[in-house]
Amino acid sequence: MKADPSGVLVGTHFIDGDHAACEGALAAGCRFVAGYPITPSTEVVERFAARIPLVGGVFIQLEDEIASSIAIQGAVWGGKKVMTVTSGPGLSLMMEHIGLAAITECPCVFVDVQRGGPSTGLPTLPAQADMMQVKWGSHGDYEPIALSPNSPQECFDLMIKAFNLAEMYRVPVFFMMDEVVGHMTERVVIPPADQIEVVERRWTAKKPAEYRPYETNGNMVPDMVKAGDGYRIHITGLTHDERGYPSMTPATQDKLVRRLLNKIRLNADKLLDVREEHTEDADVTVISFGITSRVATAAVDDARAQGLKVGHARLVITWPFPAARIAALAERTKVFLVPELNMGQMVQEVERAVAGRAKVVSIPHAGGTVHEPETILAKIMEAAR
Amino acid sequence: MSTEQAVLDGLEIDNPVMPYLRKDRIPHIWCPGCGIGTTVNCFARALGESGLDLDKVAVVSGIGCTGRVAGYMNLDSFHTTHGRPIPFATGLKLANPELKVVVYSGDGDLFAIGGNHFFHAARRNMDLMVVCINNHTYGMTGGQLAPTTPMGATQTTMPYGNFEQPFNLPFIADACGAVYVARWTVYHVKQITRAMKEGLSKRGFAFIEIISPCPTLYSRRNRLGDGVDMVKYYKEKSVIKNGANTKEVDLSFQGEITVGKFVDRERTTWLDGMNDHFSKVFGSKFKKYGVHHVED
Amino acid sequence: MSKIDIRVGGLGGQGVILCASIIGKAAAIHDNKHATLIQSFGPEARGSACSAQVMIDDHPIGYPYVKSLDVLVVMSRDAYKQFVTQLKPGGILLYEEELVTPGAMPPGVSAYAIPATRFAEQLGRRLVLNIVMVGFFAGVTGLLSEQAVEKAVLSSVPKGTEDLNLRAYRKGFEYGREQVESRRLESAANGQTQQSFAI
Repeated sequence: MKADPSGVLVGTHFIDGDHAACEGALAAGCRFVAGYPITPSTEVVERFAARIPLVGGVFIQLEDEIASSIAIQGAVWGGKKVMTVTSGPGLSLMMEHIGLAAITECPCVFVDVQRGGPSTGLPTLPAQADMMQVKWGSHGDYEPIALSPNSPQECFDLMIKAFNLAEMYRVPVFFMMDEVVGHMTERVVIPPADQIEVVERRWTAKKPAEYRPYETNGNMVPDMVKAGDGYRIHITGLTHDERGYPSMTPATQDKLVRRLLNKIRLNADKLLDVREEHTEDADVTVISFGITSRVATAAVDDARAQGLKVGHARLVITWPFPAARIAALAERTKVFLVPELNMGQMVQEVERAVAGRAKVVSIPHAGGTVHEPETILAKIMEAAR
Repeated sequence: MSTEQAVLDGLEIDNPVMPYLRKDRIPHIWCPGCGIGTTVNCFARALGESGLDLDKVAVVSGIGCTGRVAGYMNLDSFHTTHGRPIPFATGLKLANPELKVVVYSGDGDLFAIGGNHFFHAARRNMDLMVVCINNHTYGMTGGQLAPTTPMGATQTTMPYGNFEQPFNLPFIADACGAVYVARWTVYHVKQITRAMKEGLSKRGFAFIEIISPCPTLYSRRNRLGDGVDMVKYYKEKSVIKNGANTKEVDLSFQGEITVGKFVDRERTTWLDGMNDHFSKVFGSKFKKYGVHHVED
Repeated sequence: MSKIDIRVGGLGGQGVILCASIIGKAAAIHDNKHATLIQSFGPEARGSACSAQVMIDDHPIGYPYVKSLDVLVVMSRDAYKQFVTQLKPGGILLYEEELVTPGAMPPGVSAYAIPATRFAEQLGRRLVLNIVMVGFFAGVTGLLSEQAVEKAVLSSVPKGTEDLNLRAYRKGFEYGREQVESRRLESAANGQTQQSFAI
């Protein structure tokens, strides 16, 4: 269905990634945000707080990120599309509620404008070092979805996709920005509402007496209801059966956890968003995501101009990791280069996917700034030799 | 349907509160002599007497023995994470303001791990009824020190007796701005029911503390007898002081228990405050949130 | 046009970021170019160092930081000292002449001065200093179309102040044009070809 025009700020704007992310959320139908201020993400909620009164919805600044990350889940069961916004230290506080969203299958968007860590680290400077935290940070097994925009325009466009995926798969979706993307200002074109596809929550067609909150009807993702509609649902963070009732047996655990993982794993082909350039003849392929992909593009273009067979695969959806696609690229590519603003996180996934069929070289960077294109170019030259 | 109606219709009713419970989840997990079930009984009766449409009442619990209440109520019910039922309830209420949202949890959940959320929800006058079952201990994990454990009481993590000052919960609720504050013990079933009914009809942050026995852990470890002995203690040592200064209602080990309705006042709720304020700021451009508008 | 790297520096409260933002907006929205603005963030507040960088290009911009500057716009002594060495040989320095006293510069830099604060005061509000600088930038460099920058000014300033800001912009713009023209005549008189701004 099409976006609700009340949230769509149609036009051509010169705004930063944080503001564009907020506009993307509003266009996607987000009408409830709870948040706590933290650099470099605060502008997202500041804009939401300014915009929401006349759009129709609620913003509340809560006492901490723990509260914010669960208030949004209450709001989901109240019928809203929701988001919270944070950066590293706040994300760390939210971890328990990532798990709650996973096990209760609560569609929600967590925006992480990444900064240097660990701990307070570099509040005003970029990193991409929370990539593994969002995958593994909450205890237990779960499969989140994560997207990595590389420009303010993508902060708008991909945010709509993030909300849509949250509704389709009922998982926490992470919007993995970084300080540079968040604070960089560029042209952002917001199309009219009738050109924006949004996925509505899939409400059950069943009557209360027939409805079971976690019955899946064969597609692995159950239909939803909201509180107040007479269904008298019970939702718990405990292992639960199809009725939503606690059932702490190994059999229930096995069935539930497998489904939570499989609804993502078995749909990995539908969740593939790798944007490739020159990979068809590449001896060397750079794999990147987020802001680093822009630096990588500059380096790859330079190398191509020098006649080197270099390709570039940019991961737009970073979780689930596109292992099958990377494995296919490994049939041709001899060396993968993985620059990232951390000391080697996603490179581990690349290594797993490549499984020894090609050389995988990490180009780590501790953060605080982005790579120099020359650094990546030098690695390309070295690999192409 | 009301209980009476169900009886008249010849439905199988084993207990007058059963329609308020998820029958398919009974028996419950609470120990013999535990007071939580008694309070649930009161809650069911209060719901019945409140006249509320039960499809529009939601209950939210955290983790712990009292945290299991949500799972037994035949309402939209949410069993959340430890300490966080209040922020969850805040989101639920603000997303769908036509709901009456009740937070039902224990002293450790609401005042140790979740204390900060309690303070702020009361300060904001979030429209929630918060019921705290205070059994002075962590029951689910085996009897550890709670922020409400009286001085001198023994707990597994205070094996030589508690030397920490406990919280005076009504005083906290009062100081943070709750519009309704009451304390009763599980001996006072009529008063609990009435307090819950008042709390359900109150607009704003209503807080009810219920002193309740934990015979399995707290009473046994402190050699206080069984559930009946504890209720006898509540009966003998409770003093009703409606309107008491909450500063003076702190509890001591097996000492006097001041009970009653301490606070009942009016204050703008968070949502009303938001709507009023934005109406002033934006004029007719602002449509009040959570209020049914006639389609124009 | 190949990529142009610009930096605007000054003190917090001078409107440094807005100045840079208007330049970027004029290019990105009204002149159909690509522009990326990055402001240096820090715990700084009013009165402390503040700067922003703008890249303008006909092509999408990859690496998002400026390295060597084609144009440096400075409104404080500290900003001048901090950034002047980043100017490319042959680049352009635009400075507030009562706040900045230029010293040594990379070879071939053309420096243009403007009493922007005084102009702003004469126009009625010292605050429009940054808009005078925007005009000065547009007038001297000729990088952006006059209408594009005017539109960007109008859509960036608070409602009710459009007229004042437009006058501030035009003042800076005309002063910039005059400076370039007089420099051209001077060069012609000296028998030199005017260094064309080939960026």
